[in-house]
Amino acid sequence: MKHFLILAVCLAVGLSACASKPKKADTTKVEDRSGAGNTGTQTHGTGTDTVGDMGDLNNPASPLAVRTIYFDYDSSDILPEYQKAVEAHAAYLASHPERTMALEGHADERGSREYNLALGERRSQSVKRQMVLLGAGANQIRTTSYGEERPVVEGHDDSSWSQNRRVEIVY
Amino acid sequence: MKSLFLLGMFCCSFAAHAVLEIKITEGVEKPLPVAIVPFGWVGPAEGQPAFMETTISNDLARSGRFASMDSKDMPQTPTEFAAVNFKDWKMLGMQNIVIGTLRETGPDTYEVEFRLLNTFSGSQLAGFRVPATRKQLRRTAHRIADIVFEKLTGVRGAFDTRIAYVTVKKSGKEKRYNLQVADADGFNPQILLESNEPLMSPAWAPDGKRLAYVSFEGRTSSIYVQDIITGQRQKVAANPGINSAPAFSPDGNRLALTLSMGGDPEIFVMNLETRGLYQVTHDRSIDTEPSWSPDGSRIAFTSDRGGGPQVYEVSAQGGPAKRLSFEGSYNARPRFAPDGRSLAVVHGQDRRYQIGVFTPGQAGVNILSKSRLDESPSFAPNGSMIIYTTVGVHGSELAAVSTDGRVHQRLALQEGEVQEPAWGPFLTAQ
Repeated sequence: MKHFLILAVCLAVGLSACASKPKKADTTKVEDRSGAGNTGTQTHGTGTDTVGDMGDLNNPASPLAVRTIYFDYDSSDILPEYQKAVEAHAAYLASHPERTMALEGHADERGSREYNLALGERRSQSVKRQMVLLGAGANQIRTTSYGEERPVVEGHDDSSWSQNRRVEIVY
Repeated sequence: MKSLFLLGMFCCSFAAHAVLEIKITEGVEKPLPVAIVPFGWVGPAEGQPAFMETTISNDLARSGRFASMDSKDMPQTPTEFAAVNFKDWKMLGMQNIVIGTLRETGPDTYEVEFRLLNTFSGSQLAGFRVPATRKQLRRTAHRIADIVFEKLTGVRGAFDTRIAYVTVKKSGKEKRYNLQVADADGFNPQILLESNEPLMSPAWAPDGKRLAYVSFEGRTSSIYVQDIITGQRQKVAANPGINSAPAFSPDGNRLALTLSMGGDPEIFVMNLETRGLYQVTHDRSIDTEPSWSPDGSRIAFTSDRGGGPQVYEVSAQGGPAKRLSFEGSYNARPRFAPDGRSLAVVHGQDRRYQIGVFTPGQAGVNILSKSRLDESPSFAPNGSMIIYTTVGVHGSELAAVSTDGRVHQRLALQEGEVQEPAWGPFLTAQ
């Protein structure tokens, strides 16, 4: 018993924290609903366009109808097939200095999330840089990145990934 | 009867949110047998508040290094040293047994007495007596498991720790993100934040009382630091561009983070008191995912300055960067091991992304995970396990692997996905 008590004292010192107050987290719900129902993806104000305007945002036949630009793996280079769409959007912004655009960069799920967040931003900046070179105003374009957090397709295969590596053009 | 009681006791607190269920998918070949004898109960017959042996036994079994003996196979269930028949245990080859007593000492006050015995030598390896309230009994059981683990393996146990993670629940097109913390065994899950927008990169302060994380609630990434106890939080970074990858310095006073307000992602260090910032990396490539060396002198990070993502290191004061990883086309999200010698990374090779550990200056990467979409490695504070995200049949789930690669666990929710694990620090100083 003596044997036990000596150890008991030694260990009780090391374990003194057991007797202290538990560091228990209170359940704190910080709900943010500011974004609910207002996701910024709605187009609006297109009624101001004049009839027959080449840059009609609502014309499905116009290159302006292309609102998603896809990328190769780990790349932010704009592929040749999207050049026309980028030019059209740049021209539209140049001729509509009152309009603004958000470029949302995305990555596929492979690799690490934070690196993918950076990759998504680089993609959106790559598109912005191109558009500015083509005459759009830098202050008309806001870039943002969601990395791999917002896939359009949830699958874990090449086809899903190729659809998720993208920049979305949002007016 | 015992299991029924436990169920009744815990169902109320867990009804609100699901518990992570931990399964050993692979353990060591010859786990060490251990018998956790049911603790004696001194108190009113109907009022036993906890079954210490269940928690201790589950902790040890979950480590993959121990095989806990079923109580019905025990030759006796002694609660006192004098009552132990060492010969019987020895005959069964059961070298290590734990006995103890839980005693009610007053209204909501208890005393836990415990001894770890070596039946071969007939000696006591550890023993203590400690007071606890009902709420503290579970942590006390984890502490006992920590002591048994340390006495028998030589490594400090990490059962009395917590993990943070993000759960994702889909309802139609909407996703609901919860930032949660739970005990390392998945119990006591508590929601710290709910959002309709993505949450990522939870990072523990070294005191275990604060979490930094990235939230997209403002439709772009911002960094918050939240007090876990009060729930109060502060937005510490919301600059144009990326605000992400927070990592507390080992002294808890500074936060390394990634900001792209200057045009491209760079690593900065923020003084949390003054909010003063200084820039640590200077390169027009992607620099992100900082991890402090345990002594606080260096910061490892991911950069694609050489073409693809690789791990580099820079002095925490800034200065020239040095490349650390050379094997494989993709090495990202470094995390220093608690001993500061090796780093865990997301290692990409041949279209597989797995958790690897490498030691700078030495050849080779030790691939520890087995899937092809693994990410977000986080070390247990004793360096014995790495928790990470993998893809299961229902989407993201957590897995853990021992750093020797022998023990594998899966941690899954019954419903919804779970990702972005961060293993918290030791809750008590040793």
